Amino acid sequence: MSQSIYPCRSSRIAARKLGAEMMIMCASDSTLFTLNETATLLWEGADGSTSLEEIVANTICSQFDVEYAEALRDAEILAHQLASHGILLLTNEPMAASRVG
Amino acid sequence: MSALLEEMNEKALQLGIPLSVQLDLTYRCNERCVHCYLDHDDRGEMTATEIKSLLQEMADVGVFILTLSGGEILLRRDFFEILEHARKLTFCVKLKTNAILIGEREAERIRSLGVESLQVSIYSHRPEVHDAITKVPGSLSRSLSAIRFLKARGLKIVIANVLMAQNRQDYPAVRALAAELGVDCTLDPTITPKMDGDRSILSLNADHATLSAVFVEEGLPSSVGDSCSPSSRVDESVLDSLPCSAGHTACYVSPYGDVYPCVQFPLPSGNIRHKPFLDIWRHSDQLNEVRAIRLRDLASCSQCVHVPNCTRCPGLAYMEGNVRGPSTQDCEKSFARTGVPSLNLLSRKGSRPKLVQIQHLRATTVAF
Repeated sequence: MSQSIYPCRSSRIAARKLGAEMMIMCASDSTLFTLNETATLLWEGADGSTSLEEIVANTICSQFDVEYAEALRDAEILAHQLASHGILLLTNEPMAASRVG
Repeated sequence: MSALLEEMNEKALQLGIPLSVQLDLTYRCNERCVHCYLDHDDRGEMTATEIKSLLQEMADVGVFILTLSGGEILLRRDFFEILEHARKLTFCVKLKTNAILIGEREAERIRSLGVESLQVSIYSHRPEVHDAITKVPGSLSRSLSAIRFLKARGLKIVIANVLMAQNRQDYPAVRALAAELGVDCTLDPTITPKMDGDRSILSLNADHATLSAVFVEEGLPSSVGDSCSPSSRVDESVLDSLPCSAGHTACYVSPYGDVYPCVQFPLPSGNIRHKPFLDIWRHSDQLNEVRAIRLRDLASCSQCVHVPNCTRCPGLAYMEGNVRGPSTQDCEKSFARTGVPSLNLLSRKGSRPKLVQIQHLRATTVAF
């Protein structure tokens, strides 16, 4: 069984919800991203102390008609993509602060 | 503007969200620029507590891009407290500053707080010209030092150069200086009347020959490639379009809590000390009037040959006396870009455009 991932929003970004989407701007290179409704739920749940499994089970699966295993697989891919842009930080242990740089 | 930001802007327009707000923290300044439109006395600035409360309201409403400007923002002793709070609320923060109070320590703090970009005013590469405009000896040297501190920390810097009679020959060298520093550069050919209505500083505007030369320079705003041709035709969609984002997806808040459609559009629309920001944004009669205006409502401009490409600023038109009228400064820019006078310029000279009677189809160029 793989280790849990604890995603945490970076403090180096700017973010605002616009309708159901999330706008995110990276301060480092001024790149603008938008997250769709599902990705926004993952983003909002990424407080550093909640595991990806919990976010998927409690937030995504409770709001969308999607199988847990499939949703978790998609969430892991997305979390790594966001981490590659410096938008999320991923650790295998819960973090104390809600957002870190 | 990136395509994605344009898309977000369109969405914000549909949802009635002020995506972008400029908040001036103070009108006090440590420079005395000859072209400045502000009164630098402190007439009761918002406290840090009031500003933090306003920022929370703005975040709740959906404001994303927050430009902190002045006056000189670093003259506020609580500047970093306000900036830190703005970043906690995850605004995309842009700063406008002359930067002369930014040393290495301040630069590091700005970097650590995740500011998106800083705009620094540089009027000339020559100290004798820049310092004469700011009326502060040594200001160019200090601003450039600050830019180097900020750039060394990876911050995005934009040099803002205002074109005026005093520095009309220096913009190519300022652009070269920006390239040498590895930063962006913009050139603004507009002198704004003072907020109290005094238009005397408009005499500092660059003359027609300078403007014409600027507009044909590659890479400068509204270059000849963008808008040399006045217009092929004016279709309905152009006439139904919005003049600009002021009051639609953007607004301005003064250090005293006054809300205006834009920093260059001083139409008082409410004060956040008396009403919540959201109430003003949604229900102000003034903002709603601004929102109702379409190009077809502009009696003179809608008939003008420049209408599809004109940079008409509704705020400058308002300051000229009629929010639905032309902005003569923009007419002059259109004229400088194309060589074709606007309807407003023609009527000011007491003449009308000549009627061209076409008797035969001929391969000929017809000019006014």
